[in-house]
Amino acid sequence: MAGTIVTRALRKVYPASARKRSTPTRGTPTPSSGMRTVTSPRHSGEIAAIDGLDLEVREGEFFGLLGPNGAGKTTTIGVLTTRVNASSGDAFVAGKNVVTDQVAVRRRIGVVPQRPNPDRGLNVIENLLFHGAYFGLPTSVSMQRAMNLLELFEIDDRAQAKVDELSGGQQQRLMIARALLHEPRVIFLDEPTVGLDPQARLALWDILRILHAQGRTIVMTTHYMAEADELCDRLAIIDRGKLLALDSPSRLRLQAPGATLIDLSIDGDIAAAAILCRRLSGVQRVDESAGELRAYSDRGGEMLPALIHAVEEAGCRVQNINLAKPSLETLFVALTGRKLA
Amino acid sequence: MTTSRVSVHRASVPGITPVSESDLALPVSDVFFAMLRRDMRVARRELPFFLLRTTMQPLLLMVVFGYLLPKMGMVAKGYTATLLPGVVSLSLALSAVQSVSLPMVAQFGFSKEIEDRLLAPIPSHLVALELVTAGTLQGLLAGLFVLPVGRIIMGPIPGLGFANALQVFCVMLLGAATFSALGLLIGCAIKPEQIGLMFSSIIGPMIFFGCMYYPWKGLDSVPVMKYAVLVNPLVYVAEGMRATLTPSVPHMDLFVVSIALLALLLLFWWLGLRAFMKRAVT
Repeated sequence: MAGTIVTRALRKVYPASARKRSTPTRGTPTPSSGMRTVTSPRHSGEIAAIDGLDLEVREGEFFGLLGPNGAGKTTTIGVLTTRVNASSGDAFVAGKNVVTDQVAVRRRIGVVPQRPNPDRGLNVIENLLFHGAYFGLPTSVSMQRAMNLLELFEIDDRAQAKVDELSGGQQQRLMIARALLHEPRVIFLDEPTVGLDPQARLALWDILRILHAQGRTIVMTTHYMAEADELCDRLAIIDRGKLLALDSPSRLRLQAPGATLIDLSIDGDIAAAAILCRRLSGVQRVDESAGELRAYSDRGGEMLPALIHAVEEAGCRVQNINLAKPSLETLFVALTGRKLA
Repeated sequence: MTTSRVSVHRASVPGITPVSESDLALPVSDVFFAMLRRDMRVARRELPFFLLRTTMQPLLLMVVFGYLLPKMGMVAKGYTATLLPGVVSLSLALSAVQSVSLPMVAQFGFSKEIEDRLLAPIPSHLVALELVTAGTLQGLLAGLFVLPVGRIIMGPIPGLGFANALQVFCVMLLGAATFSALGLLIGCAIKPEQIGLMFSSIIGPMIFFGCMYYPWKGLDSVPVMKYAVLVNPLVYVAEGMRATLTPSVPHMDLFVVSIALLALLLLFWWLGLRAFMKRAVT
C-alpha cells in the first residue's frame, strides 16, 4: 500500500466561466485548448478536465500519464497531490484518501512542478533545509541529505547561490532535490523536461532511472512519446480527461494500428476524398479531420500514388505528406484523432 | 528500461539513501514554526528595505506635520500628541498589510513559490495562519520602531506617557493582527497587475480617512463623515493608540476600540481564509 495510487471514477469539472482560472496548479500555462465543453444538458457550460478516470499505479512502478495539452494530466496530478479537489470520485495515494487525509498524503509524496517554483527569498541550500524543516527533519539530517543531493545533481557548488542565479536546468534539478529531501515513497513529476535542452533532459532521465531503481513509485506526465517509451513501466494515454489506453509501452505499440500511418494535408472536399480513399484495396482505415486525411495501410509508402490519385480525383490538392511507422505516436493519433504536441 | 541498467544504477547511487518510511508522527506546530522561521529569516535579510518601505511615509509625515509646521507656527504645538499615535498606527498598519499581501500576490500569482508550503504536511488553513502571524510580528516591529523615532523627530510630546505600556502593546498587537488578516484577504483577492490599483483605491483613502491626522471626535462637525469612517479599521488603531499613548487628547473609549478591532480581525480572517483556501485548493 505504501506506494500505490488508486483513482475511482475520478471527475473534475470546472464551470465554463472559470476556464481561465481552471488550471492554476503547478504553475502551468492554461491548457484550455484541448478541454472539452461538456455538451449534455445536465452539464451544459461545464468543462470536464477529468472525466471518470480509473487508474491503479502499483508500488514501485514508473507510471506515465501521456496526453496532449489540456488532456487533464496536470489536473490529475493536482488531485493526487491534494491541490485540486475532485468534483466526484475517489483518489488514494499510499493508501490515504487525498481529500480526507491530506496531511498524511502530503507527508508521503514529493512533487516536482512543471515550472520550477523555488523559494526566491532563500538561497539554494536554505530552500532544501527549510523544506526539510517543514517535514520535521532535524537540521543535521537535512544538511547531510541536502549536500548529498546537490552533489548528485551537480549543483553542490551553487549551494550558497541565490536561486535566480541558477539556470533553468539547475533550478529543475533543485526542485527534484527538494522533492526528494524528505525521502518520499511516491514522486510526482509534471512535465519535468519541458524547457530543458537535450543534454539536461538526458541527465534528468538518468536521475529518474536512479529513483526508479530505488523502488520509489513515480508518476510522470509528459507529452513526449520518446520520454514515456524510454522511462515508463506502464503508460496511460489520456485525452479530454478520459483514459484511452493503459499498458506497458511495448504492448501499447502492439495495439497501434498494424499499419503505416499516411498523413495527407489536403485542400478541398476532404469527405469526398476520404470516401474514394476508403475504396482502395490495401487501405485499412481512413480518418479525416480539418485539412487532414489519415490513411492506415500495411503496404506503407506503396499506397502513396494510389492515395494521391484518389485525392485528386475528388478534386482536392495534396499539400503535404507524412509517413509514420506503427508506434505510440500512431496509436495516439488513432485513439484521439489528435497529435501530441 | 533494461534490468541490467537498473542494477548498475542501484549499485552506484551515491546521494540518495534507500527508500525508508519516514512517516514521523510530526506535530503540525513544528511545521508551523518552521514556516515562521522561514519568514523571519527572509524578513531579517530584508530588514533595511523593510523599514525603509514601511516607515518612510510615516517618518516624512512626522517631519512635515510634527516638526516643520509646528516650527512655522502653522499648527499648534500640542498637535504632535494627536499625530504621533496616528503615525505609529499608520506604520504598523501599512507594514502588516503589505508584508502579507505583497509577497502573496507574487507567490500565488506568478512565482508559485508558496506551493512548497502548501504541499508541506500541515492543514492549509494553518499556512494562512502562519502568514498572518508573520505579518503581525512585522507590523509590531514597524510600530515599535517608529514610536521612538517619532519622539526624536517631533521633540517632547505633551501628555506622552508609558504608564499604559501593556495596553499600548495590546492595541498594537490587535491592530497589527487585523491589518495582517486584511493583507491575507487583499493578497488572495487581487491580481499582480492590480497592485498599483490597491494602493490608490484602498490604502490611499484608508490613510486619509483613518483619523490619523485628526482625532475621531474632531469629526463632530461633519456627522456624515464621522460615521462613514467607522468602516475604516485604521480609525480604531489610531484612536486606540491615542487612548493608551496620549490619553489627554480626545479619543474613543478603549473598550469600543478593542471590540471593533476584534470584530474586524475575525471578519478579515474569515474572508481572507476563504479566499486563501480557494487559491490553495481548487
